[in-house]
Amino acid sequence: MPDGASALQLVFGGDPGLYRIVALSLYVSVAAVLLAALVALPFGAFLALVKFPGRTFVVVVINAFMGLPPVVVGLAVYLLLSRSGPLGFLGILFTPHAMIVAQALLVIPIIAALTRQTIEDLWTEYREELTALRVSPARRVGTLIWDARFSLVTTLLAGFGRAAAEVGTVMIVGGNIEGFTRTMTTAIALETSKGDLPLAMGLGLVLVTIVIGVNAIAWGARRVGELRAG
Amino acid sequence: MMRAPITDLPLAFENASLRIGSVDILAGLNLEIPAGAPTILLGPNGSGKSTLLRLAMNLVRPTAGRITWGRRNHPDERLAMVFQRPVMLRRTAAANVAYALGRRDERRVTELLDRVGLSPLAARPARRLSGGEQQRLALARALARDPEILFLDEPTASLDPAATKAVEDIIANVAASGVKIVMATHELGQARRLAGDIVFLARGRLVERAVAATFFNAPKTAEAAAFLRGDLVI
Amino acid sequence: MNRRFVLALALAAALSAPALAQDKSIVVASTTSTQDSGLFGHILPSFKAKTGIDVKVIAQGTGQALDTGRRGDADVVFVHAKSQEEKFLAEGHGVKRYPVMYNDFVLIGPKSDPASVKGKDVETALKAIKAKGAPFISRGDRSGTHSAELALWKACGIDIEKEKGPWYKSIGQGMGAALNTAGASEAYVLSDRGTWISFKNKGDLAILVEGDKKLFNQYGVMLVNPEKHPNVKKELGQQFIDWLVSPEGQKTIADYKIDGQKLFFPNAGAPGA
Repeated sequence: MPDGASALQLVFGGDPGLYRIVALSLYVSVAAVLLAALVALPFGAFLALVKFPGRTFVVVVINAFMGLPPVVVGLAVYLLLSRSGPLGFLGILFTPHAMIVAQALLVIPIIAALTRQTIEDLWTEYREELTALRVSPARRVGTLIWDARFSLVTTLLAGFGRAAAEVGTVMIVGGNIEGFTRTMTTAIALETSKGDLPLAMGLGLVLVTIVIGVNAIAWGARRVGELRAG
Repeated sequence: MMRAPITDLPLAFENASLRIGSVDILAGLNLEIPAGAPTILLGPNGSGKSTLLRLAMNLVRPTAGRITWGRRNHPDERLAMVFQRPVMLRRTAAANVAYALGRRDERRVTELLDRVGLSPLAARPARRLSGGEQQRLALARALARDPEILFLDEPTASLDPAATKAVEDIIANVAASGVKIVMATHELGQARRLAGDIVFLARGRLVERAVAATFFNAPKTAEAAAFLRGDLVI
Repeated sequence: MNRRFVLALALAAALSAPALAQDKSIVVASTTSTQDSGLFGHILPSFKAKTGIDVKVIAQGTGQALDTGRRGDADVVFVHAKSQEEKFLAEGHGVKRYPVMYNDFVLIGPKSDPASVKGKDVETALKAIKAKGAPFISRGDRSGTHSAELALWKACGIDIEKEKGPWYKSIGQGMGAALNTAGASEAYVLSDRGTWISFKNKGDLAILVEGDKKLFNQYGVMLVNPEKHPNVKKELGQQFIDWLVSPEGQKTIADYKIDGQKLFFPNAGAPGA
């Protein structure tokens, strides 16, 4: 990206460097949320529906992990993926794949905790009816998740917000490599440290706009869905 | 040699009680409900009618005594229940019925919707149906299980007279087709319209049991008489 | 669970996206000062045009960059702290050290110059800063610049670890962050000239001491030892090193200017560098 150019000039001038950074940010955070959802939605539903010894403890821990510091997660994943670490043979350190995995770990507690709450509340409402219909426990999970789908979209958005906003994790495991692992947040950090504050601020505004945009689209989709499904 | 078909009737309560904390919701219930005409559970609010239904539906276990279905300890699962405020799944009316059916069978879904008069609303999201329509959909769902016994817990308590009539008509129709109806209501008129026999409860105890004509014309207990007069039975 | 399955498929597709497709690439662990100066933006395109090799630069403090090499997470290390580099070699983590270029450090401070150091030599200046208790920002991150700063305090006869006071602020961050902090707190800071020239938030800061021989800053490059770390791309890495010290690479480095000022002075092959 040209030094000293204002962010607005970059956006409207169609700077390919900026687009690459934006595209990578979205790719990493969206993929991270989807990956996290794959694990956390069923797990959250499981926590909501199954009573097992130590359940309260697990719920407390998951809730607490919603506030995991991103740098801590980044550091832990870095040590795992380093060539000298146990998963070094994967060779994915300093690549977007590592960033996706690390952000997914960051986001899993949020999705799991919020899913648990949502499903637990819904189960209170549905319990008698589903039991009377003799629905098997396995089928219950799917039914509750599907009926809670709109609230769960909001949950996924919360996860996306956390992922898109953080810089500690992706900086450590991605390395902020230009054109390869540089995201909006790491670019902002870099430009700030280079003293180009106007550019950093401009990038910040672009990031906020994008996150608002994603939320607006999801909200719209939710409204349309609710109108159609009651 | 033909094996006798498995049946959940008669439905029998042997000294059954449900105690929550220090309160006996139902105490020492001894009751047998045979096949045949609808059995109406009658009584003021809080008399234990809903609890009796839930015990019969095996939604909850008694804290004392026991329940048998066709002389067995577990029901055969041809039981279905309709609640006062049914929970509609977040999908269309037809999809709700299909869900209860548990398999893909469009023909059967249509049949069931027809039976409760909801065919024109098959594609409507269930949550956007009126109270009466939702109750009829709940009936269709219950019938999808092809039940031998159908339990209903004050199904028309929140409905207007027109919707109430529509629901009662379906219930009468279902009873006529051979399904055993066990229904709770606190409304005398409804009991008169639908009953075969009456089970009268008050304060968690079985007070009187009789065929409809006997109960309405010649009640044996003071509480039943008071209830029929319209007094509050405390 | 159709929906689950579709999600899983989409995910698998996304994760196998060609983000890793480029195989002709190396990872170079270098320093934030070098990156912040903009040097890599200038020289790497020439290298790629010539060899087709993508150089992925991870910028950290010198200490961290060398640690990255020790863990085998980089193919090449390119830093500026000779003593730390020689330790790296002695430990067997590097193959050979090649001097590449040098620049100098400069002492930056507020134009108001509360410790009156302007124009003095660097040791006198540091002593004055300490005597006055004027705020001083230290990198504090085991970087090349930090090593140089510590060496200068030592040369003055000051044991900075014992004798520091609240005026000495160790921030543990890169050069740009240190300059930002110095500007905001009217403090002195030791910086490499390259970062200073390309720094965009100079505010009230200016160069107060320069040209002192003790401010000489030498850069060296090493291939991470493939015998210790078999995954190191030794051919590609060596190609990068060879190019840096070649006449062509050296000229490209010398050509890098900001506002007409040359930032780095190539000196590959210089004895004792």
